Amino acid sequence: MTKTDTIYTGKGKRRISYAFQYLFLTVISLISIFPFLWMIIGATNRSMDITLGKLSVGNQFLVNLENLLNAGDLLTCIKNSAVLSLIMTLLSMLVCSMAGYGFVIFKSKVKEFFFSVILLSMMIPTSSIVIPMFKMFSKMHLLNTKLGVVLPAISTAFLIFFFRQNTKNFPVETIQSARIDGLGELGIFFKIYMPMMKSSYAAAAIITFMSSWNNYMWPLISLQTKEQRTLPLMISSLGTAYTPDYGMIMVGIIITTVPSALIFFLMQKSFVDSMMGSVK
Amino acid sequence: MEKKKRAGGFRLQVNGWGFVIPSIVLFLWLTLWPMIHAFIMSLQKGKGMVTEFAGLENYIRLFGDPVFISSTKNTILYFVIQVPIMLVLALVISSMLNNPKLRFRGFFRTAIFVPCVTSLVAYSLLFKSMFAVDGVVNKALAALHLIQEPIPWLLDTFWAKVVIIMAITWRWTGYNMIFYLSSLQNIDEGIYEAARIDGANAWQNFRYITIPLLKPVILLTAIMSTTGTLQLFDEVVNITSGGPGGSTTTISQYIYNLSFKYAPDFGYAATVSYAIFIMVAVLSLIQMKVSGDKND
Repeated sequence: MTKTDTIYTGKGKRRISYAFQYLFLTVISLISIFPFLWMIIGATNRSMDITLGKLSVGNQFLVNLENLLNAGDLLTCIKNSAVLSLIMTLLSMLVCSMAGYGFVIFKSKVKEFFFSVILLSMMIPTSSIVIPMFKMFSKMHLLNTKLGVVLPAISTAFLIFFFRQNTKNFPVETIQSARIDGLGELGIFFKIYMPMMKSSYAAAAIITFMSSWNNYMWPLISLQTKEQRTLPLMISSLGTAYTPDYGMIMVGIIITTVPSALIFFLMQKSFVDSMMGSVK
Repeated sequence: MEKKKRAGGFRLQVNGWGFVIPSIVLFLWLTLWPMIHAFIMSLQKGKGMVTEFAGLENYIRLFGDPVFISSTKNTILYFVIQVPIMLVLALVISSMLNNPKLRFRGFFRTAIFVPCVTSLVAYSLLFKSMFAVDGVVNKALAALHLIQEPIPWLLDTFWAKVVIIMAITWRWTGYNMIFYLSSLQNIDEGIYEAARIDGANAWQNFRYITIPLLKPVILLTAIMSTTGTLQLFDEVVNITSGGPGGSTTTISQYIYNLSFKYAPDFGYAATVSYAIFIMVAVLSLIQMKVSGDKND
């Protein structure tokens, strides 16, 4: 085989490989996106048409929306979900970023030990601790309260780990010079670290907001009154009804999905930058 | 001077603890203590809040409990089949998307990640509606001439499990992809360049460069997916409610049913909780061990 031959077949092979890659990625992307189209189409159709797989846009959207509003306390649920997610995100980011920062900047053997224990606790399934927590919170009268939903979600091993990793690349010299300038430790954290780590905070905010907005198991257990219900609890109870009305459920799904989708798309750049650049 | 320095060091240490104490306290109070409490509860029996000491009775009951055995089998099945499929898929996709010559990378990345913005309950209900017997999935398969008869997805013990597995894979593949993509960005292009000069093909690059360098992230995602799949709850509750005939019930769902659906048996539910914890711990340790051994 001559040299040109090798190059030629190499190119041909590469072209086929690219064609295959584009096809593969396109199919996967379509599968990933389809349920979103399905949700939008579904929201405009009657429940019957949805279960019959109707793929064209209908004119039932307002009817579905009205049904959903009549089905229960939609607005209360939206408000509950929003308030809870906001508090959870803010508290969780504050507590976990402080911890991640502390574990790196003030490294000590005892702290390293605590960090590894916290990291290991990632293995503890939520369902393993909900029963004792339910008993404990019922004794402390924290059931059916917002505080009771928020508390267990504040300190998460994942977020502490995330901030610890990101802090490792933080220039220590900056902290040292700030100390020489007479800035206190908290001042350094709030005035220097926080602004400099904006993109890490953005990524953390996305992750935390999404997980709290979508939180299901613990709210399902700890919130038993209708006034405290969150959106996932409401659409879940509609969806698991004996004959679910998919038309209005689809509207509910859209309402549940839009905020996290919006946040993701607005902050996508800093999210991806931070996930990707957490190293450079 | 000496004294001042030491004082400074002491102040640093005190402040350092100030940063980590809130998370440690919350962790001890709301994770570690409930875990210990669950163990104490698992030694008790009785309905509701009235309990008595039962020793190992609950643990013995586990092995004779058909619902526990079948939900454990279901959970392990999800884990064994779903986690490898999803992680391999995510790895393949991310190594394709890491190629700077590939066009539309941004679009593919966003499209494949976007399922992660859906809430677990929301996407579960979407899947439930798509997999109705006369639903859109069966129509599409029939149009492609892949099936003759509609598949009774959610009414059949086998297909219901398939739907659950497909649903989780749809939701989480992009999530894992982002982790791989971000670590791939840190691999020096020069390594691939050198390999190409040495005549390595795409597969060899993937197998001998990408995978070994990504090992820490793969381990992280494997452990996260394992814990996630073993405590599967939202999807099963909302897609199949555990049916048909308990064929998709998971351990987490059984714990929930034991405590909040039937007459509450907290002691036994706590015992089941321990079973799931031990499974997660053992599997994670095995994964760490396996990836650690290969390092040598």
